[in-house]
Amino acid sequence: MTLEFWALLVALLVGLGLAIKPLGLYMAAIAEGRLPRALLRFETRLFRLAGVDSSQEMGWGAYARALLLFNFLGVLAVYALQRLQGWLPLDPQQFGAVGPRSAFNTAISFVTNTNWQGYAGESTMGNLVQMAGLAVQNFLSAATGIAVAFALIRGFARRSTATIGNFWVDVGRITTYVLLPISFVIALVMVSQGVPQTFQPDQTVGLIAPVSYSIPKTDAQGSPLQDAKGAPVMMTSQATTQTLPMGPVASQEAIKELGTNGGGFYNANSAHPYENPNALTNYLEIFTLLLISAALTYTFGRMVGDTRQGWALLAAMALMFVVAAGAEAHFEQQGNPLLTRQHVTQQATALQSGGNMEGKETRFGIAGSAIFTVAATGTSTGAVNSMFDSNMPLGGMVPMVLMQLGEVAPGGVGTGLYGMLMVALMAVFIGGLMIGRTPEYLGKKIESYQMKMVAIGLLISPLLVLLGTAIAAVVPAGLAGLANPGAHGFSEMLYAYTSASNNNGSAFAGLSANTPFYNLTLGLVMWFGRFVSIVAALAIAGSMASKKRLAVSSGTMPTHGALFVSLLIGTVLLIAGLTFLPALALGPIVEHLTLWGAR
Amino acid sequence: MSRHALPLFDRALLGPALTSTFRKLDPRIQFRNPVMFVVYIGSLLTTGLWLQALGGHGEASAGFIGAITVWLWFTVLFANFAEALAEGRSRAQAASLRNAKKAVMVKKLREPHYGSPWTLIDADDLRKGDVVEVLAKEVIPCDGEVIEGAATVDESAITGESAPVIRESGGDFCSVTGGTTVMSDWIVVRCTADPGDSFLDRMIALVEGAKRRKTPNEIALTILLIALTAILLMATVTLLPYSIYAVNTAGVGHPVTITVLVALLVCLIPTTIGALLSAIGIAGMSRMLGANVVATSGRAVEAAGDIDVLLLDKTGTITLGNRQASTFIPASGVDEVELADAAQLASLADETPEGRSIVVLAKQRFSLRERDLESLRATFIPFSAQTRMSGVDLPGHDIRKGAADAIRRWIEAGGERWSDATTAAVNTVARRGSTPLVVAENVQGRPRVLGVVELKDVVKDGIKERFAQLRSMGIYTVMITGDNSLTAAAIAAEAGVDDYQAEATPETKLALIRKYQAEGRLVAMTGDGTNDAPALAQADVAVAMNSGTQAAREAGNMVDLDSNPTKLIEVVEVGKQMLMTRGSLTTFSIANDVAKYFAIIPAMFMTTYPQLAALNVMHLGSPESAILSAVIFNALIIVALIPLALKGVKFRALPAAVLLRKNLLVYGLGGIILPFIGIKAIDLVLNGLHLV
Repeated sequence: MTLEFWALLVALLVGLGLAIKPLGLYMAAIAEGRLPRALLRFETRLFRLAGVDSSQEMGWGAYARALLLFNFLGVLAVYALQRLQGWLPLDPQQFGAVGPRSAFNTAISFVTNTNWQGYAGESTMGNLVQMAGLAVQNFLSAATGIAVAFALIRGFARRSTATIGNFWVDVGRITTYVLLPISFVIALVMVSQGVPQTFQPDQTVGLIAPVSYSIPKTDAQGSPLQDAKGAPVMMTSQATTQTLPMGPVASQEAIKELGTNGGGFYNANSAHPYENPNALTNYLEIFTLLLISAALTYTFGRMVGDTRQGWALLAAMALMFVVAAGAEAHFEQQGNPLLTRQHVTQQATALQSGGNMEGKETRFGIAGSAIFTVAATGTSTGAVNSMFDSNMPLGGMVPMVLMQLGEVAPGGVGTGLYGMLMVALMAVFIGGLMIGRTPEYLGKKIESYQMKMVAIGLLISPLLVLLGTAIAAVVPAGLAGLANPGAHGFSEMLYAYTSASNNNGSAFAGLSANTPFYNLTLGLVMWFGRFVSIVAALAIAGSMASKKRLAVSSGTMPTHGALFVSLLIGTVLLIAGLTFLPALALGPIVEHLTLWGAR
Repeated sequence: MSRHALPLFDRALLGPALTSTFRKLDPRIQFRNPVMFVVYIGSLLTTGLWLQALGGHGEASAGFIGAITVWLWFTVLFANFAEALAEGRSRAQAASLRNAKKAVMVKKLREPHYGSPWTLIDADDLRKGDVVEVLAKEVIPCDGEVIEGAATVDESAITGESAPVIRESGGDFCSVTGGTTVMSDWIVVRCTADPGDSFLDRMIALVEGAKRRKTPNEIALTILLIALTAILLMATVTLLPYSIYAVNTAGVGHPVTITVLVALLVCLIPTTIGALLSAIGIAGMSRMLGANVVATSGRAVEAAGDIDVLLLDKTGTITLGNRQASTFIPASGVDEVELADAAQLASLADETPEGRSIVVLAKQRFSLRERDLESLRATFIPFSAQTRMSGVDLPGHDIRKGAADAIRRWIEAGGERWSDATTAAVNTVARRGSTPLVVAENVQGRPRVLGVVELKDVVKDGIKERFAQLRSMGIYTVMITGDNSLTAAAIAAEAGVDDYQAEATPETKLALIRKYQAEGRLVAMTGDGTNDAPALAQADVAVAMNSGTQAAREAGNMVDLDSNPTKLIEVVEVGKQMLMTRGSLTTFSIANDVAKYFAIIPAMFMTTYPQLAALNVMHLGSPESAILSAVIFNALIIVALIPLALKGVKFRALPAAVLLRKNLLVYGLGGIILPFIGIKAIDLVLNGLHLV
């Protein structure tokens, strides 16, 4: 691995290391409602206007109902905004209404924090949909995730109580006091680096020389046409002018990263120079992606009264992250053996980053792309600054595996923490038995009810992935979207369902997903992948809050320290490994063996 | 600990166990164990496929499908066998108890008092509340309470203890157990249980498994196992469409067969723990019974493993129970021999253990022989609650021994002053945790203190080490005693307990338990008296002494047949051991999957993607032998682990962190490595013998 890689990784870890404690403490204060009295008074009045009694806490059932209602209304709103785009203002390019299935998919996608994009932003969504629809959901879906994490932390921190907080208050406070201020600052930095923030219509400029290129031919439904051999039919096109898409990009870019959303203003996402113009913004975006998820572990430790508990979770997350980043950079830096055979130099030199540069931006190179990729797929952010379809087989497997681990390295905002806590419960259950005690975590006994919820919460995503891919692999509508045949095509399908089910949203590219089949199935997978595990997490929160907290003795299994961290990682790997090893063997693994075996 | 220890594979047990193994193939029984039910269905499926293959339309060769089918059935049978064997061993233990239950005719009294008219009825017709009269050599027909009379009772049928015990109306020794025999005298008993619901019946039912319900932890573990099975089922089932896609797109090979998918599924789901789970539970109850403790539920055994505070009665648990004279401390101007002589004289007729020990000490230290009281014309003054002294009156020479304040009154009544030196000596002894006994004499109306005899509470051998072990396991020990604070502190220090409660009453005991529970601790205690019942009911694990009252036995969730308060420690160990066995085998079972994936995945896609041979790290002979080896290993490992399931994982008193590291290494890492070796070995044998 190159010096560039290590420098970026260390800079990232140091930056995060400095930010975790202050932000963690700040979020703990917000979760516990420790706000200035004047603000509290003002806030109470605002909530009362909305018909919410902010002093009234909810049981887990009420909390879950409020959350589901809120998110369901969010889907309706985003769907309506897209469908009515033709009649609404701030649509300078006159894109008109978005198709019903695509609008359905996009609405669910943004509400579930997945931000899977079946559409191309710059040619589909006007500024109103981008700002009032998508960007608003970027804030609210992130706030929903963090709220669930708050509720679960309270479940562990409290004893013998029936309530886990007030959903409306949580979402309100998280959005206003955490997400908005940080996004504001980041958006300004982005603007300073050249990211557009404007209502100007798109600019058309002449090209210095005309460019010809070939594009895949599509049918009426938008699926690519294939010839008899299954290869896509291509057609040639020529361009003399270029359209520079404009819009309020910076404000959306900030929350896209901070809320681990990932829905880009443009189709090319963070690979687009207007979204991610240079190495500094690249660093900033990666940093922002990881910021809240990492800091929440400190919030957790603080609120349960033992910061070592939070550090242990963070250590497990960080270890997986660093190993994945190393692996990704390694596989990509290795380059393509077929090119090596053609005597193409893929060595890193002063003038080139070397390695497999297909689908990557030269301004980021291997290191900037690999670390971004791992940060985005490790945090359930759908953002990409390189195209994974062009990665080496194992370089494409790393982001896939990171999602299949259940998005816990370190996972999306809130989701990463509650996902990891569910893993911790399972790890403690098996480990606790091995030391001869009824398993307990943070002094709370883990009984059959919690085990049931942990099983549901952890296994819903793998189930949806396996099932979705199985259907897509045999029905013609599923196969029609593939750009590549063979094992690589299988990887494309597996990736799509993995990404949707784990609410990541990144795409392997290659797969034409804006078809009725994929819009519908992926939409459903995103919805259930998100909310089944959220309800399970809230049920655990409620049942944990009602338990008393047992005292800790030397007979209690320690849930901090190296042993527990390795037990956590082991459990994560075990669940994902058992579930996905056969599927991975048929996708990236066999592709890798074929590619390198052909030498 | 295991007085009822049976050899693991007793020949007498094997026969019935084998019969039961096949009887358990009933789908209704199989359905109770979800993991094994999946194997059962899989076996039926491959049996069908095998029949189809015999007809010439098979998806693979009949020989291969047949071999897989046979080993899948073996997997089911091995699981049945493990359970049957565990049940058989428990039943053998129960059988020895059942012998105590004989059909007897009893005398049911019309009025609840001795001598009332009676009718002779069958013991099975007795109902709760009936009153019976039991004479010498008769068997007590029901659990009950003595309401009149007193008798010696032989309880060896229940406890194995041959010395008869006294049972009498009123007080703490009024409870009797059905099946025990009156040796002498008579008692009138009021039955407190219906037939079929007596203590003995419940015990037998529990051991036989008829009433064995899944414990909370077993249910939680079963949920985990079901969840794993479900996800692995999904991972296996979806391989069919994946492989169809792969075959279509690669244009070579054929999709995986159902037989291979079933084989993979059975190898992956946690069959090892699934097969042994109920055997582990039954064996846990058996081990409790082996320690002569009857748990009223499996839940109680499980809770025992979680205990973090042990309340232990001082007397009988920590100390031997009898205080013994250890030192003579003469007053100033008195010779030690003189004190010993007086103390011995005062104790010659004293039959209490303390009195006997003074005579013994005097003999040991100064070879003072016992003397004949009559030849000395001595009169023995027995201990009375009023004077709180005992002693002897010789002509013109009275000797008394007793508590300091009682002797002080006696001295001051004689017109003499009580010296500060005596008070100091008394306090020194008390501070050492011993009981001071002051000896005084009155020669011709001039009383004087001769000195102090130290009665020492002897702490049991090895108890300190035991407590140190408990402490390392994170268990906090609390000594409960009626002694004063000074004495209690000294004994607590000597025995090495973590805390003590002096001047304990049933109320303070109850309050203490509640206090610990409020701190989030789980409390275990032992008790026997009726006044212990509230505390027993409050404690999380309550071991009632079999010699205790009915109320105490009802309140507790375990009964110790030996009435040995130290048993609590063993109870905790058995509870922990049961959970550890479950956890370790679960880890082992899941860890095994790694090797099985490496064996089966390359084999199953060999026709489509020969490149996957790179994953065949074990270099197994052929795809068929690879799959068959994994299935055979999976079946054989169940048999290999039956002894571990029945005996339990070795228990070691270690801190949780150390224990976890050890067990993770043995069962986690071992579970990953072992199947690589095992599957390779089986594959070598299969290929060597050309069986595939």
